[in-house]
Amino acid sequence: MVKPNVYHSLGLSDKEYQNILKILKRKPTNTELAMFSVEWSEHCGYLCSRKWLKLLPKRGKYKTLIGEDSGGIIIDGLAIIFKMESHNHPSQVEPKQGAATGVGGIIRDIFTAGARPIALLDSLRFGPLNQSYNKYLLTGVVDGIQFYGNCVGVPTVGGEIYFDESYSGNCLVNAMCIGIAKKDKLVRAAASGLGNSIMYVGSSTGRDGIGGCSILASHEFKEGEEKRPTVQIGDPFTEKCLIEATLEAINTGYVVGIKDMGAAGLTCCTSEMAQAGNSGMDIELQAVPRREENMQPWELMMSESQERMLICVKKGKEDHIKKIFLKWDLNASVVGKVTNDGLVTIRDDGKIVAQIKAHSLTKAPVYDMPYKKPRYLRELNKLALGKIPEPEDYNKVLLRLMAAPSITNKTWVYEQYDHMVQTNTVVLPGSDAAVLRLKGTKKAIAATCDCNSRYCFLNPYRGAQIAVIEAARNLVCCGANPAAVTDCLNFGNPEKPESFWQFKNCVEGIADACRLFNIAVVSGNVSFYNESPKSVIHPTPTIGMIGIINDINKTCAQNFKQAGEAIILLGYCREELGASEYLKEIHNLTKGDAPQLDLKLEQAVQKTALKAIEKDLVNSAHDCSEGGLAVALAECCISDKDNMIGANINKLNYDMRQDALLFGESQSRIILSCNSDCVEKVRKIALEFKAPFCVIGKTGGRVLRILNGIEELVSLPLEDLYAEWSGSLKKEIER
Amino acid sequence: MKFGVVVFPGSNCDQDCFYVVKDVLKQPVEYIWHKDTKLDNLDCIILPGGFSYGDYLRTGAIARFSPVMKSIADFARKGGTVIGICNGFQILLEAGLLPGVMLKNRNLHFICKHVYIKTQNIQTRFTSLYKQGQILKMPIAHNEGNYYIDAAGLRELRDNNQVVFRYCSATGKDSDEFNPNGTLANIAGIINKRGNVLGMMPHPERSSERELSSQDGYFIFKSIVQWLKARRVW
Repeated sequence: MVKPNVYHSLGLSDKEYQNILKILKRKPTNTELAMFSVEWSEHCGYLCSRKWLKLLPKRGKYKTLIGEDSGGIIIDGLAIIFKMESHNHPSQVEPKQGAATGVGGIIRDIFTAGARPIALLDSLRFGPLNQSYNKYLLTGVVDGIQFYGNCVGVPTVGGEIYFDESYSGNCLVNAMCIGIAKKDKLVRAAASGLGNSIMYVGSSTGRDGIGGCSILASHEFKEGEEKRPTVQIGDPFTEKCLIEATLEAINTGYVVGIKDMGAAGLTCCTSEMAQAGNSGMDIELQAVPRREENMQPWELMMSESQERMLICVKKGKEDHIKKIFLKWDLNASVVGKVTNDGLVTIRDDGKIVAQIKAHSLTKAPVYDMPYKKPRYLRELNKLALGKIPEPEDYNKVLLRLMAAPSITNKTWVYEQYDHMVQTNTVVLPGSDAAVLRLKGTKKAIAATCDCNSRYCFLNPYRGAQIAVIEAARNLVCCGANPAAVTDCLNFGNPEKPESFWQFKNCVEGIADACRLFNIAVVSGNVSFYNESPKSVIHPTPTIGMIGIINDINKTCAQNFKQAGEAIILLGYCREELGASEYLKEIHNLTKGDAPQLDLKLEQAVQKTALKAIEKDLVNSAHDCSEGGLAVALAECCISDKDNMIGANINKLNYDMRQDALLFGESQSRIILSCNSDCVEKVRKIALEFKAPFCVIGKTGGRVLRILNGIEELVSLPLEDLYAEWSGSLKKEIER
Repeated sequence: MKFGVVVFPGSNCDQDCFYVVKDVLKQPVEYIWHKDTKLDNLDCIILPGGFSYGDYLRTGAIARFSPVMKSIADFARKGGTVIGICNGFQILLEAGLLPGVMLKNRNLHFICKHVYIKTQNIQTRFTSLYKQGQILKMPIAHNEGNYYIDAAGLRELRDNNQVVFRYCSATGKDSDEFNPNGTLANIAGIINKRGNVLGMMPHPERSSERELSSQDGYFIFKSIVQWLKARRVW
């Protein structure tokens, strides 16, 4: 009998241990126990979440491909593979290496599918920057992303950064990678073909990252714990060589399957590749390249050393593959072979140290977690607008919002990322979404990631729906047709019914919104236990979305282009302030309900904007989101610093609170600008789709002026807006 | 006429340079693996950007020991055309094919953005299609682009008209305000005395097509092609 403190320390419960005894019909060896502990961790096994993830649609308007470790869509014989993954806990413990290895891991998930990685995006969340540890985390994470992404030669083209007290004590680092491949060059993460060889390639194995997925990622932070040894160390140079060697190897046609040794390392690769290929595997640990002495079998099986992969190679072709990896100065050694007994057999110098059915390792138990609506929501959702004083000076409020950490421009961050390498980046960071050309075609893709977690905190179902439709709206504003989703679901402790209720509702929200828009969820990741004694994070279901642009010459950015353009508002403003950035920044309130959502209206607005862009009728398009209409208009005026254009908004006529009109975050609104001779054509398209359409003003001058009726609410020189918007993040960091 | 693009382990702009030569300029081009030493059929060698050997040590410090570098030094000695971009420039400095050294950017961060540079010398095989003092928009992307050379060295560079590009504003102001990385005298690119080896930090291969924010870099490659066409034999 293994002592409970042994399996507890590996993160296994009593019940899970009993389950293991039942499966093996004997006492597990140390190695077997280690293998179960990592493979059955929440991080790898999706024990709590799997039941609900089934709700997410796997099909949409584009043909989908769902692989073992990533997914994508197919257009004209080209596969676009993408996935987003979290590296939250490692980043909280060691921000630079945590973020760096998050980037490295997600890139490997893409190129092991046979796709060349062409872009990265990051969704980051931190506590307020007035706390020095949060500042350390932000600068460390940005440093880690630039350290890894720049060296490995994959451009970081987009992302988002939000700040909220709920992330103090548990920051979020979600990294997304996009890759492309010819459809027939894709490879699965499966091992098959009796007698085929299993090769280990890449870096050697050390003791770094042992228990990363089971101890670090699958538990919440407690007071005074030292978890740094469970974080891995990244080596982007080796990864760059691995990318080239792997794609070269796949090109030979001798590769049957590949898998990244990410979370749960060798354990995960052996069991999941055997399971996916409906085969077995016999592995000799003595053949595993290592960088430390006296490593025990269980350590080798649990290590999460980076930049390693397992490849299933056609029998007799091992030397071909080995030659390619050696050319890049990488390890490549045959460590075993494919069997047909369904067993993962691990040997140490011939002696069996573990022998487990592949599917019993990979089929982690599914838990039906209890859920309950949190009681605090009843109080929080109430918002008596009458009790909130209206500001005297809207100019001041707008300037404060432009400088708010979640709104202010993020140049300080993305100028540290190489966002142009590979020469595909057509729309650079700073607009609604990044646009990447697909060389050799007329097409381009747009990519964005999005989630307003305050909405999700106050209304998880609708908040998650909004995350999906806002991502789609961002893509539409670039001229792209929203195509498919990857989701990274960040939540608190799933064993707490209130946290699990948030999770369940968010998943339902994503599923319903995706269904209505006919968009598939092709890949994703769940990260639970994002809490610390300081706080539980707001539920954060980050949506990564890809859109397709059929003609690269018909893309659009958010900035006004010249004086004399007509400014059009699609959609309309409601008198709502719940969950807004305005309430949070100006009144210090996280209260009310998420904005209302009419999915029909949303579709009408998006279709109108997309058609107008595709017909080349508009010069700019921008989505209204955090900070509402006023902030969106200001961004249209100033986001091209070499060509700032003012605006006179003098045709609004709303009977509502002025602060709600300016700063309310009503959904389904897009600001367009077009030459005056195109206005009627755009109006016709709006009529066709039944989208509310209103010309609200004209571009020109060096001032942003907003009137409601005849009352002037805002009148600000562009230089003042720009100063607040562009300088505040850097100032805050350097303070 | 044939171009060669050197591939060090860790190079990451090699494919971009290759693409521009092959698909934009429609010229023959091949990759040169860093362990190869034969450069017989080549007329212009491009040392691309990236992080050769990870650049965990000083940038370019390991790459210069690659077998190919000895051949490139021979090639340059015979008058062959060599252009080093970003990491390629850093490697040329380390190899002694160009004078001076590269320091970390003065803000100690990686910087990726579009900047403006002004041509200082158009009497070269790399810049003949520009106008003197022409302002070019090109992106930079580097950690170490802070060029330094001692006073005597700088004087020599100036006396021999070896400074080819300097950073400036969109309208051509070349004060320190428009120096992105702290580089000495706003230097963005230099040439050797003989005029056949150019090193520059900005990326012309990222600004050679209509779809990308600028096409100003195209004429560097085009100048080389024109020069090679005119003087096929040295």
